[in-house]
Amino acid sequence: MKTIQVQAPGLLTTVQDLGRPGFGPIGVSPSGAADPISLRLGNLLVGNEESAAGLEMMLLGGTFIFPEGAILALTGSDFSATLNDVRVNIGASLYVRPGQTLRLGSTNSGARCYLCVQGGIAVKPFLGSASTHILSGLGGFEGRPLRKGDVLRIGRSSKRFRNRTIAQLALENFSRRKVLRVTPGPQADWFSESSLGAFYAGTYRVGEQSNRMGLRLEGPAISQRGASEMITEGVSLGAVQVPAGGSPIILFVEQQTTGGYPKIANVISADLHRVGQLRPRDEIRFEQVTFDAARSLLVEQEELLSSRELILV
Amino acid sequence: MQTAQTDGVRFQPASDQSLLIYFGQQITPDAHQRVRKLLRLLSQKPITGVRNLNPAYCSILVSFDALRLNHAGLEEILRGYTNRLDALRLPKGRELKIPTCYGGEFGPDLNEVASVHGLSPAQAIELHTSVTYTVYFLGFVPGFAYLGELPEALATPRLDSPRRSTPPGSVGIAGNQTGVYPFSTPGGWRLIGRTPIAMFRPDRRAMSFLAIGDRVRFTPISAAQFAALERG
Repeated sequence: MKTIQVQAPGLLTTVQDLGRPGFGPIGVSPSGAADPISLRLGNLLVGNEESAAGLEMMLLGGTFIFPEGAILALTGSDFSATLNDVRVNIGASLYVRPGQTLRLGSTNSGARCYLCVQGGIAVKPFLGSASTHILSGLGGFEGRPLRKGDVLRIGRSSKRFRNRTIAQLALENFSRRKVLRVTPGPQADWFSESSLGAFYAGTYRVGEQSNRMGLRLEGPAISQRGASEMITEGVSLGAVQVPAGGSPIILFVEQQTTGGYPKIANVISADLHRVGQLRPRDEIRFEQVTFDAARSLLVEQEELLSSRELILV
Repeated sequence: MQTAQTDGVRFQPASDQSLLIYFGQQITPDAHQRVRKLLRLLSQKPITGVRNLNPAYCSILVSFDALRLNHAGLEEILRGYTNRLDALRLPKGRELKIPTCYGGEFGPDLNEVASVHGLSPAQAIELHTSVTYTVYFLGFVPGFAYLGELPEALATPRLDSPRRSTPPGSVGIAGNQTGVYPFSTPGGWRLIGRTPIAMFRPDRRAMSFLAIGDRVRFTPISAAQFAALERG
């Protein structure tokens, strides 16, 4: 059994796959990778199923030793990684010899880097998924972010190493955007015209308190038309809710499953992975699109992800 | 925006991959029954492409794979389900007890809640334990049950600023709801006691102690009984 020894964990490193949808009735949110496209690309680079579990690192990466060697790939934000002190590229498969050390640093653009390893990270699944749900301490590796001294097991795989990289065109398509596209939220008509105008014209800063549960935004305050009392209801991934104070919050992968604040908008599926690359103090804007347009953008994205030209061998 | 109405059922897109079904806009036993019935029908006969269901007081959020379904198509399929709700009989909810040690360090807000309503702490405890509550739904975090209705004489608004952390098992009240925090999470409900029962355990066959539709009563226990039950 191949392993990964955690010599330094980084700021917040967790085991994530594509999450566990389907358990809303018992209050369990899907969780999963904050930037699922980067995780999927990383898995494709190492020859895994795209849903295999990898490591998600945030802002500052960790240091890992591979006593038995491994085939791996780094995707997402570039954390200036080195393998035994030699700089390695992101978006390419990488052959690691037994005993080598992978060291990741910090990043100036984007928020999350994914480490995918051939065979995937092997943990006991919770409700069918390896994803860590930090708040409840469930899933992943002991239900928590990694610590120094942890030893992770790598799943069995005997595929040989192949040099793979992500096509430049694809990387450009998945790149970061300052404008998040949204559809109207279920309570969009609770907000006044002037508040809706301010929301779409304004620039918002990602707050320091942001995490996998939600991103707190600082910018033009939004007020409701009247004093309608909201009845708690299910909340969707990427919902932009507006609490009484008027500062919007984007609900994210470890969101609460239900909530009692009105939602002005919802980030489209095709842009959710970009939310996972937002870092504190990033400035963003919102652009409204139709549900049909949102669907077309998702279809285009999935076509690109399944295209033969995506991964160069 | 698509909205349509028949029999008080309203559909509302929530995102490009989710649709809300509302059974009216009020917390009523009838709406709750309809939520439970639709959940039951959807679990007996799942819709291909539906990925998740988030029930609440009078609504269900249906999340779907946007590559396989769209709002209009899903709404049409769901109407086939909502049309059958009246004929469906629900099994009776289970009757469960939640032993709770009230006040002191376990219920730091008990005294304030009591005094706001001109009650003694003992009277507040008596009121809280006098009612059989319904589990309207589970939400917020794994295993958190929204229980109602709290006696009007105990209804108290949330704390002005939520606690950063509430101990697992804390019994809280907010408005006319009561509930138990399964995990150490931030929370704005006023804490009046604590139960030694684990509300959510991944190694238990029924991970969540409570399920939608259960009937629940709180029973007062002493700190010594709490300790004994916690040891199991």
